[in-house]
Amino acid sequence: MAVERVTPAGAPQRRRSFLGLAWLGVGVAALGEAAWIVASFLKPRAKAPSGEGSLVVAGPSEGFAPGSVTAFPAGKFYLVRLQDGGFLALHRQCTHLGCSVPWDEASGRFACPCHASVFDLRGDVLVPPAPRPLDLFAVRIENGIVKVDTGTKVRRSGFEPSQVTRG
Amino acid sequence: MLRPQTDGDRARTVVSTFVLHLRPVRVPRAAIRFTHTFGLGGMSLVLLGTLGVTGSLLMLGYTPVPGEAYASIERLESQVLFGAFVRSVHHWSANLLVLVAFLHLLRVFFTGGFLDGRALNWLVGLVLLAAIAASSFTGYLLPWDQLAYWAVTIVTGMAGYVPLAGVALAALLRGGPEIGPETLGTYYAFHTQWLPALLVALALFHFWRVRRAGGVVVPPDAVRDERGKPEQVLFLPHLLWRETAVALLLLGAVSLCAALVRAPLGPPANPGLSLNPAKAPWYFLGFQELLVHLHPLFAVVVVPALGAIALVALPYLGFAKDEPRGAWFLSANGRRTARLAAVVALVATPILVVADEALLGAAGAPSGGAAFVTRGLLPVAALLAVCAAGYRALRSWQGATPLEAAQALFVLLATGFVVLTVTGIWFRGSGMRLVWPWNA
Repeated sequence: MAVERVTPAGAPQRRRSFLGLAWLGVGVAALGEAAWIVASFLKPRAKAPSGEGSLVVAGPSEGFAPGSVTAFPAGKFYLVRLQDGGFLALHRQCTHLGCSVPWDEASGRFACPCHASVFDLRGDVLVPPAPRPLDLFAVRIENGIVKVDTGTKVRRSGFEPSQVTRG
Repeated sequence: MLRPQTDGDRARTVVSTFVLHLRPVRVPRAAIRFTHTFGLGGMSLVLLGTLGVTGSLLMLGYTPVPGEAYASIERLESQVLFGAFVRSVHHWSANLLVLVAFLHLLRVFFTGGFLDGRALNWLVGLVLLAAIAASSFTGYLLPWDQLAYWAVTIVTGMAGYVPLAGVALAALLRGGPEIGPETLGTYYAFHTQWLPALLVALALFHFWRVRRAGGVVVPPDAVRDERGKPEQVLFLPHLLWRETAVALLLLGAVSLCAALVRAPLGPPANPGLSLNPAKAPWYFLGFQELLVHLHPLFAVVVVPALGAIALVALPYLGFAKDEPRGAWFLSANGRRTARLAAVVALVATPILVVADEALLGAAGAPSGGAAFVTRGLLPVAALLAVCAAGYRALRSWQGATPLEAAQALFVLLATGFVVLTVTGIWFRGSGMRLVWPWNA
């Protein structure tokens, strides 16, 4: 305090406030860096990017009867064969709050036990609270073998024929 | 000053000078009455200490890896002397801390404890409450049983409804697309390192700020001398013994609860088999109940954000210096209006819950844009309108001061939230349908 009062207006005071600002800038930059480092540590790391690791070979397409639902617990999906012979791979996670949805053979529906959402064979919502149909995994059929890529999950707002894979 | 003569005196001097470093020498007699504060802040500190000690013990026997975690808890409970008891004390203390810290917030609100230069400490208190909820929640996952797995699935799923950032936020909270080893590792680190460090630092600051503000708010009926200073008593022994008694009674109660009712441990987590119904931890069930009635964006984002903004803004709303304070519910008029608001909320909330359930059953839930308006914008706008109208009515017809009117609104909303939480805990059964608790 005393120093500032006897210093004539001009260089020293400007130097002092510049140094103060510089310290502040360095401090803010250091905080930003620290926050960035923490965030990058917390950020989820992709375990199995789309490709060989995430590809599930379901089997020959004639092994699945039309209108059938087959669970693949390791891939966390249901392979659905529609009545017309097309394939859909439905992620088993409920779109409401993430519970696992079991297939109910008797009623021919997916019924979530947590909050009573119900989905039809194509994954469309029959009874809310689920806000959107079950997510899809990409299906492809190579040489009659059904393969499901669990690395890419597709969100959708409703069923469309283009979502179905045909062999 | 007289030199202490015997070893006993010397020891007492050391202890009392140390204690007096942390606490004031004199305190107002009226402010140390138990029913003035119910010792809720001190109880929180005791529970934090208990959680620190029991948590450190539990860390010795726990393995934070899926596939190992559940078995390590089982071994701890079956093979370690007092293992199950220590875990139960940790469980009871954690749940009690959430409750006691919330009651502490109510006490501070209802005695005007956020006024008079205590605004910053009110904010610190809010951060502490959030950190306590986060500690409890991260700890909820660690046993890796069905209850833990699905409760954390539900809460992180709720975060998924945040617009734009939702999917990324849910992934961040889970450490990946689904709950797995990364989730458990992250939650363990937060539960045992980051959050305790934050809690200890903030709690110390919180207590220091109370002392800076001249102790807890003094009741208006305190005996005062001619200069207006309330009558003082010595901290030692008057307050210290009361605090010690409260702490020991609390520890006794927690030990008794832990001995009688063990911390639950369900079947091990099974990602393929959901619980019916799947519920969040009890302190988040008010929000889950809101999710049944409102559009997700409003239940998860808008309503909680409005509540948080109101709580943060409270000390900065510019209440006048002559507002009543210090007594429970501020004044006789404050007590009357608060009671009125509580009764209104106690009657209206269950009626609204049951009516909405009947409506959903009859008409089915609307979806898309219709739901956004009818189950989002409209109810929230109606609630805000009720608050605005209620404020004006309280001011003009009930002769309430601005602070008394704000308190009545807070009572209305807080009671409504508590009713929703109670509904979520006891009145929601399979498929989240309304049931009587004895039929659940």
